Amino acid sequence: MNDQANEVQLDDLPLRHWAVIHTLRPAVAPADRELLLRLTELGFLPGERVRITAEGPGGREPLAVRVGHTTFALRRREASFILVRPHA
Amino acid sequence: MPDMVVDSTLPAHIALLGNPNCGKTALFNLLTGSRQKVANYAGVTVERKEGTLHTASGRRVRVLDLPGAYSLNAISNDEAVTRDVVTGRSTELLPDLLVCVVDATNLRLHLRLVLEARRLGIPLLVAVNKSDRAERLGIRIDMDRLESELGVPVVRTVGVSVSGARELLARLDVPVSTAASSAWHAPDIHAVTHTQQEVHRIYEAVVTEPAVDHDPSDRIDRVLMHPWWGLLILTAVLFVIFIAVFSIGDVLAGGIEAGFGWLAGLLATRMDDGLLRGLLVEGVIGGVGGVLVFLPQILILFFFILALESSGYLPRAAFLLDRPMSKAGLSGRSFIPLLSSFACAIPGIMATRSITDRHARLTTILIAPLMACSARIPVYTLLVAALFPGEPFTATLIMVGLYALGVASAMAVAWVIQRGRRTRTPLLMELPSYEWPDVRSLLIGLWERAMIFLRRVGTIILALTIIMWALYTIPSPRAHADGSPMERSIAGEIGRGLEYVFRPIGFNEHIAIALVPGMAAREVVVSSLGLVYAMEGDADEVGAQLEERISAEWSLATKLSLLLWMVFAPQCISTFVAVKRETGSWKYMWLMGGYLFALAYLASLFTYQLTNALTA
Repeated sequence: MNDQANEVQLDDLPLRHWAVIHTLRPAVAPADRELLLRLTELGFLPGERVRITAEGPGGREPLAVRVGHTTFALRRREASFILVRPHA
Repeated sequence: MPDMVVDSTLPAHIALLGNPNCGKTALFNLLTGSRQKVANYAGVTVERKEGTLHTASGRRVRVLDLPGAYSLNAISNDEAVTRDVVTGRSTELLPDLLVCVVDATNLRLHLRLVLEARRLGIPLLVAVNKSDRAERLGIRIDMDRLESELGVPVVRTVGVSVSGARELLARLDVPVSTAASSAWHAPDIHAVTHTQQEVHRIYEAVVTEPAVDHDPSDRIDRVLMHPWWGLLILTAVLFVIFIAVFSIGDVLAGGIEAGFGWLAGLLATRMDDGLLRGLLVEGVIGGVGGVLVFLPQILILFFFILALESSGYLPRAAFLLDRPMSKAGLSGRSFIPLLSSFACAIPGIMATRSITDRHARLTTILIAPLMACSARIPVYTLLVAALFPGEPFTATLIMVGLYALGVASAMAVAWVIQRGRRTRTPLLMELPSYEWPDVRSLLIGLWERAMIFLRRVGTIILALTIIMWALYTIPSPRAHADGSPMERSIAGEIGRGLEYVFRPIGFNEHIAIALVPGMAAREVVVSSLGLVYAMEGDADEVGAQLEERISAEWSLATKLSLLLWMVFAPQCISTFVAVKRETGSWKYMWLMGGYLFALAYLASLFTYQLTNALTA
């Protein structure tokens, strides 16, 4: 299986499609590092199943993302740090 | 065998720690009932809730309900308070025992905080809450295994059931070792990842869940969070809330008004005419009664807010409104504080504590007073009725317009404040599973709101109405021979002085005088006008008389100008106090006062001069 080929940013995942988190994109800016730390604490970990359950009005911001038993509202920019592999 | 353990004691002072939405507050309410005290943590407006419980053996134990925290690595004020208390960095006493409350239906998320808390050096007890709901969803938790994996005692609790704390209460009679504060360090991403691997391992060993997720939340969300249906439903919900506030609230307010009218009448007939009777009837009953009539409206609004919040709907509303609000530089997180501000700006300002971004939080605080709080209703009602007598439809439209004007200007002000700020704040907001609101917590929440309001009425508002009454009763030392008693009073003197400031916007001295106490608490503007015009009778009669006088004596321009003034003017000292306390700085308090005054003055000036020019 080609790892790079089917890996997408979470914000590019189609609505209500399941995927598995592969990794979190490394961050440079301190604020983004803090964001990654919090995402990790909230359970956005490699191997976890995720899906987008809803999009904001107009199909843009924000995203409702299901991970484990929890749903979080994320902005697309926050979701872009999460790299996922969609289920075939 | 307590005697055999040297450094152990029975816990006398415990703290509840847990993620937001773990059901901690319901559990706290179950444990303490009405024996709780709500205040603030030293220096910050984070609500501090403490209460007393009785253990299984009847021992009294103090319980502190710590603000909800996902992590001790704090990113909000709430979390910082929690971190400081459990790491011994605050002035708070270090708890003898930490009760870490976790949601049985979401151990995957909540166990991490337990592992973090285990390193603190404070004896730990884990309460697996909402265990009834987990059972219903088919989630099975091996409690013995969880206890041995964690190495700390574990109990089952159900915060929303009368007997739901039995195991916990029994466990509190077991001695614990002495708590010690440890040197806590913020973990880095590797440490967090490591902890999460441990969580994963424990979770897999302890929890058995059904292959099919039985939580109906996702299905409900397909409708309630639908881009169009969701917004439509939200609009309908807000509409119903406001209709309820105005219709039911009005009926109840009428009852309170009648009660005070009866009391005033009773005093008027039983007491001799004199200063004391004047003080009691016009000052105390007139003033306090005039403010108390808002209690039903405030409580109805809070009933909806509390119920919608605990059901899990409000975060969804914030989700739907995130994009429109981000146009003004805010996020959906500002929605709940701003909605609360329609009842009263103070709880609204207090609710901003969940906004993680400091800049967004300050902006929300600064614009909160522009949401038309319930104290503005009587002034709006009086003026609109005087402006459009016998035209209820137009009057309603104007009322809606005044509310909309407040919201629109709030968004404009937020946009100006946030202009040029490039860094977008992360949202990261949990959308918890839908649940039925816990009736006990709802009632306790309403009781707290009522007490905050009544305390305000009993202190600042009572004092102001008495001062106001004194000002217009005591003759000015520079007594003028002519004029009405009011014109010869100290209040008349002040009004004449203020008239210079207010004449360009069309306010006569009567209005100027009434606005003075209105600066402190705007609810009293109407009763002050009543006092200034020396009206007698109960609140209803005064209202009718006022409406008549205003219609006859004030020009159209003056009425419109005063309406606009009420939309923007900085009023209510309590709001100022809340802003100072919340932001920890006088700067923002004066900034808020200043910009509101400038907006009010300019809006009134423009309205007055334009109306005059058009009608001349």
